[in-house]
Amino acid sequence: MILKKKELNRELKNFTINFGPQHPAAHGVLRLILELDGEIVKRADPHIGLLHRGTEKLIEYKTYLQALPYFDRLDYVSMMAQEHTYSLAVERLGNIKVPHRAQVIRVIFAEITRILNHLLAVGCHAMDVGAMTPFLWAFEEREKLMEFYERVSGARMHAAYIRPGGVSSDIPLGFLDDVYLFISQFNLRLDEIEEMLTGNRIWKERLIDIGVVSAKRAIEWGFSGVMLRGSGIAWDLRKHQPYEVYQDINFSIPVGSSGDCYDRYLIRVEEMRQSLKIINDAINMIKPGPVKTDDYKISPPSRTEMKNSMEAVIHHFKYFTEGFVLPHGETYTATEAPKGEFGVYLVSNNTEKPYRCKIKAPGFGHLQALDDMSKGHMIADVVTIIGTQDIVFGEIDR
Amino acid sequence: MPSKNLTSIESLVPVISYSLVNNEQTLNINHKNLLFVLNCLKKHINCQYNLLTCISGVDLLQNQYRFSVVYELLSLTFNSRLRVKIFVNEVTSVDSIVPLFRNANWWEREVWDLFGIYFQNHPDLRRILTDYGFEGYPMRKDFPLSGYVEVRYDQIKKRIVVEPVELAQEFRAFSYETPW
Repeated sequence: MILKKKELNRELKNFTINFGPQHPAAHGVLRLILELDGEIVKRADPHIGLLHRGTEKLIEYKTYLQALPYFDRLDYVSMMAQEHTYSLAVERLGNIKVPHRAQVIRVIFAEITRILNHLLAVGCHAMDVGAMTPFLWAFEEREKLMEFYERVSGARMHAAYIRPGGVSSDIPLGFLDDVYLFISQFNLRLDEIEEMLTGNRIWKERLIDIGVVSAKRAIEWGFSGVMLRGSGIAWDLRKHQPYEVYQDINFSIPVGSSGDCYDRYLIRVEEMRQSLKIINDAINMIKPGPVKTDDYKISPPSRTEMKNSMEAVIHHFKYFTEGFVLPHGETYTATEAPKGEFGVYLVSNNTEKPYRCKIKAPGFGHLQALDDMSKGHMIADVVTIIGTQDIVFGEIDR
Repeated sequence: MPSKNLTSIESLVPVISYSLVNNEQTLNINHKNLLFVLNCLKKHINCQYNLLTCISGVDLLQNQYRFSVVYELLSLTFNSRLRVKIFVNEVTSVDSIVPLFRNANWWEREVWDLFGIYFQNHPDLRRILTDYGFEGYPMRKDFPLSGYVEVRYDQIKKRIVVEPVELAQEFRAFSYETPW
């Protein structure tokens, strides 16, 4: 008996469990090796690459135009933000000027995409933590936004709408009226979601003081976007390194104070409200005009022109078969994607194909801090932290 | 966006060349000086490039030094970006910069995984994006797009098998630059 009692008192060793890749809260295919002491996380080792499709390699074998749709499929909840970055990179290498109307349309869609992403981020985060309702409401709104995608490009998600030199086609008649209708009612929907969450006792208990990142650590980990702003650093590429027409639009950057998950949630909600403001300003700013550059080496000629001009037909054919040539050069172009700084490092070598296209995905940088953020927290908080990092595997695994 | 204080960057650190194209600054340095240069750039009061954005590898097949490793740095204080480039071949190892920038960890793992550039003193140099047990370095220019092996579930053996790639349709061989 005495011997047995001694055995019972023996200390338990840490044990290791596999979280994912088939776990609903793993946001796709995250395989997480968790070393636990009871319920406390001692070490988290994310294994990624289960969704690796070799996008960067494939892009090297495609023309600049054919490479564009791959960007929709990286982070598949903020599609246009990424093709936007790629288009900007190509435009910088080719020194291509974009007409004003196209720039404003791009801003409208960049912000629609931001709302699209943050709705999913907040909705899925809430669902991971246990609140089902906001998720359903968020998806209803997402449906309306994806209809806007559909009206301009024909596709609900993988639009391939923003292209080097402008956008693929002009917005349809009455489109801006509907966007205006949407933004005038969306504030109310946001209020409803906030009513469910912001003051909710369970939501606050699950989020406050979880996954705290100080400003110093956020910089050490190379965070960007909401993760950086949550730690109190007012850094937004739209403000600090403006592209398109963001310098003419007045908006503010929400910043957190304590750097925990709750702050980041509040920032996401506030960013959606700021996006509405930006869209409103952009709608007031838009003027009639061309939506793509008139250099037919870079963008295809219109159908009417092709009916009348042999040159236009030749250019159209060459554009879609051979593609266009970019001179020797390299660029790192980054924009403020909804998840953080999305960058494209593009190397061109005087052919019609990119020599190297490195994709800097914000989620990749954030996920590697998961170990640091979740250390010492309970296992259920790991789910909260994955939710707050807004992980999407399309962009991390590439 | 070059910061104004950077005019003296060449006197500050040993560089091979400094260029400013399209408002993007690039610094070519010797790979032996990597840690020293990055340390200076990170901590010097006039630089403060304290945020590492990403590390990318480029395979320049025909060059004497086949690979270049590109470090993208960002200074929040001066709102300035800087690209630091080193050139190495298959056998030279690069100093890991994880002691300087913690987030270099995964970016270096990725370059190791895809290009096979070895980072010495890296705390945890494992493959990251490719499959468990993968062989070869897929982003090298001499690695075929289709790869060498394909993976499928074998109904008879009741397990996953790895086989050499068999393409139902051969790549059409054209002598042109483009496949069209």
